[in-house]
Amino acid sequence: MRYAETGFNLEVDLTRGNIERVETDPRLTELHLGGLGTSAKLLWDRVPAEAEPFSADNLLIFSTGLLVGTPVVGCNRTIVASFSPQTLLMAYSMMGGFFAPELKYAGYDKLIIRGKSPDLVYLWINNDRVEIRDASHLRGKGAVETSDLLRKELKQPKAQVASIGLAGENRVYFASIEQGRSSASRGGLGAVMGDKGLKAIAVRGTKDVNIARPAELIEICNQVLQYIKVRQENPIPGVMPILARLGSPQEMAVHDEKWHTENFSWGNSRLRRKGFWTKEVEQNWTQTLESTRKRLVSCHNCPLKCAATISVPGVPTYMMKCFSKLTYTMAAMSDLEFGLRIAQRATEYGVDGFSAPQVMAFGLELYEAGILTDKDMAGMPSDNEERFFWLLDRIVRREGIGDVLANGTHWAAEQIGNGAQEYAHNNIKKHEQLPLKLGMLNPIYFLMYSTGEKINITQIEGNFPQAPFATLQEREDFVKDWVQAPDERFKKWLLDWEPRGERSIPHYPPPEATCEIVDWQERMHYIDDATGMCAGLSSFPLKPPFHIHNLPTVISAAAGIEMDSAKLTQIARRNRNLVRAVNIRRGMRRKDEKPPANHWRKRFPELETQLLDEYYKYRGWNEQGIPTRESLHELGLDYVSDDFLKRGILTDDEGGPAPRTPGGGSQP
Amino acid sequence: MKGEKQKKVVKTIRIDVDKCNGCRACELICSAFHAVPKYSSNNPERARIRVIHDPLRDIYIPVYAGDYVAAECAGRDRYTIDGKEYDECAFCRASCPSRDVFKEPDSGLPLKCDMCESVPPLSEPMCVQWCLADALTYEEREEEVEQEEAPEEIEIGLEAMANKFGWQKLMDTAARMSKKG
Repeated sequence: MRYAETGFNLEVDLTRGNIERVETDPRLTELHLGGLGTSAKLLWDRVPAEAEPFSADNLLIFSTGLLVGTPVVGCNRTIVASFSPQTLLMAYSMMGGFFAPELKYAGYDKLIIRGKSPDLVYLWINNDRVEIRDASHLRGKGAVETSDLLRKELKQPKAQVASIGLAGENRVYFASIEQGRSSASRGGLGAVMGDKGLKAIAVRGTKDVNIARPAELIEICNQVLQYIKVRQENPIPGVMPILARLGSPQEMAVHDEKWHTENFSWGNSRLRRKGFWTKEVEQNWTQTLESTRKRLVSCHNCPLKCAATISVPGVPTYMMKCFSKLTYTMAAMSDLEFGLRIAQRATEYGVDGFSAPQVMAFGLELYEAGILTDKDMAGMPSDNEERFFWLLDRIVRREGIGDVLANGTHWAAEQIGNGAQEYAHNNIKKHEQLPLKLGMLNPIYFLMYSTGEKINITQIEGNFPQAPFATLQEREDFVKDWVQAPDERFKKWLLDWEPRGERSIPHYPPPEATCEIVDWQERMHYIDDATGMCAGLSSFPLKPPFHIHNLPTVISAAAGIEMDSAKLTQIARRNRNLVRAVNIRRGMRRKDEKPPANHWRKRFPELETQLLDEYYKYRGWNEQGIPTRESLHELGLDYVSDDFLKRGILTDDEGGPAPRTPGGGSQP
Repeated sequence: MKGEKQKKVVKTIRIDVDKCNGCRACELICSAFHAVPKYSSNNPERARIRVIHDPLRDIYIPVYAGDYVAAECAGRDRYTIDGKEYDECAFCRASCPSRDVFKEPDSGLPLKCDMCESVPPLSEPMCVQWCLADALTYEEREEEVEQEEAPEEIEIGLEAMANKFGWQKLMDTAARMSKKG
């Protein structure tokens, strides 16, 4: 019997209209767990390195995590993976909610979509019965609206639906896949779904998920719930309010937005507004949120309330979570009411709440600068907020300038030319980042931004505090019950970390320690992305209930796989290297591994080079960031190095890494 | 015995629909607790509690499985409470032909909440223990009730089958099957 997982994938070929239920190899679960790890393996095995993201060859994989559907608290994530039309690299984005548990109860660990349907269709998965159905009546419908219509049409109020809006249908490079309260937003996965002609997936499942060692698992789950209760009643002192408790940043609950509004940049990630958060603004925004927020809500089997139902007068009700609360507001230099109002339309269209506002602010900046002209913007209203609605409407329909902006800031700038590239200033690997512009280089985040395969400055931070505590007393208090730290060294690094002076950023933590801290934070993310655990209970917040010391037992009790922290660490490394290998094969090299030039005002080129060198070495990668033959062998990924050798990505004189070519990587 | 007044402990779960966060942990842990062996599998479809929900209309009502009824209601009413319209079924505990809740997914047999009765007894039903939102709270109170003899489990099962198929058919089938040995 398979435990925690179903042991079956659902394979759908939209070109041929073929549907198959395929048994999976349990050895792959041992090697990668589930979720991101096994999805990366599928992309490596089955999508040719040269395949265009918008092609029948590309796969779109909806994966449950290994522990989704078990009683393990907070394991509800759907990991969507494919190749991104924007970055041309692997894209993966997680969504919470209820879709993945339902898919598991229907009897599948993954849904693998290949091919392209000539007509717009939706997929109806009802346990063993799976149908590809005509969706022409849903063309142009909003994502939330589509879910509602499908549940009615199928007479299945309990079905869970993932769908795209107009943006996905029109292959906007930052189109999202929406699922009510959650979305897989980053990397343009909605555009891939639209390219495949797939409007929505409705799923209903009524089967069992089996547990290997039930008594043991429930005991840990009960302890975790008790810990969550205590942890929520005892917020961590000395950190900003949204980070004091567990969960995703508690944007829907918290009114105090001083930190975001004064530290993040407004407009096209340009303007820091010190002193913005006045009493008057606070009253106004508090009033807005209190009057529009109907209820704080949770994802499947999680007590944390990170999302909310929002009802802005005059527009339909929708659900929101996290920082999209402020992205539109800040891009448009407006107020919270505007932000919540336009986010409703954006959710129906299905666009990424981080990229979309930035792309619009970028377009308007180009217009102010005279690079885009009145001719380009013909018909644009004069009111600032109206302009954002107008641009959003154009982008998702790919009308006029919207057709250019729909490709995101990087590709739009290339197309517009005339100096527009200078304005696409907040990207990593062609992908828009959070509007964060800071003073002093932070070595930990430098490495995470530069080398992270998720290509994303969002919740990649982790269990190590984002900034040093001011006093030694605070640090001592913090480490006292810091059971999550992998070992004592991490406590020492934190105790020694000062806000100013010799032991402060950028030179402290020193490069070796920085590599270890980065490894810890990344490791926890790779574990979560394989188990389907929400980052908000594990890899993201300070002192979470799940950590490297108890997760092995959780996984082992639920899935019946022998596990200890060394083995789990090895699995996380294997997955991290496999995702990297997929990207390396598509041409990603050292030259691509850098944060936006203006992310920090104070930069240290020599230190940055040293950090990257150290980190590559620490990971067992050559100076181009390519995993070496030895390190791949250690991880059981010899098939990757064989392929690299065949393509000349690695050369035969091993450890002899491929020589660094000037200005770029060794090309296949 | 019948008709005599007796003191009895009434187990009550208080449901505060305003506090429900819609996570459905109650469904999950209910199904796990009632699995055989205990916690060996889970499947919300087997739960004896369901959260009737319609998120965009802000409706979240945890409802416990009550008795099986053979026929659906002749008429169904709609309630408006605080401006929100509810179907009467949203509050109904019956396992009934008009809807697909509180039925075993394999057999279609009705499910009923038993307050997690077990030996040794739990401090509180599992759904309450797992509801950190405090939408579900547990209390016991004493009440005077007329004592009835508790029907045995087999009687409950037989009655449900009889309601579904009729006594005659049930007895015929039992007779035929017992002959086969």
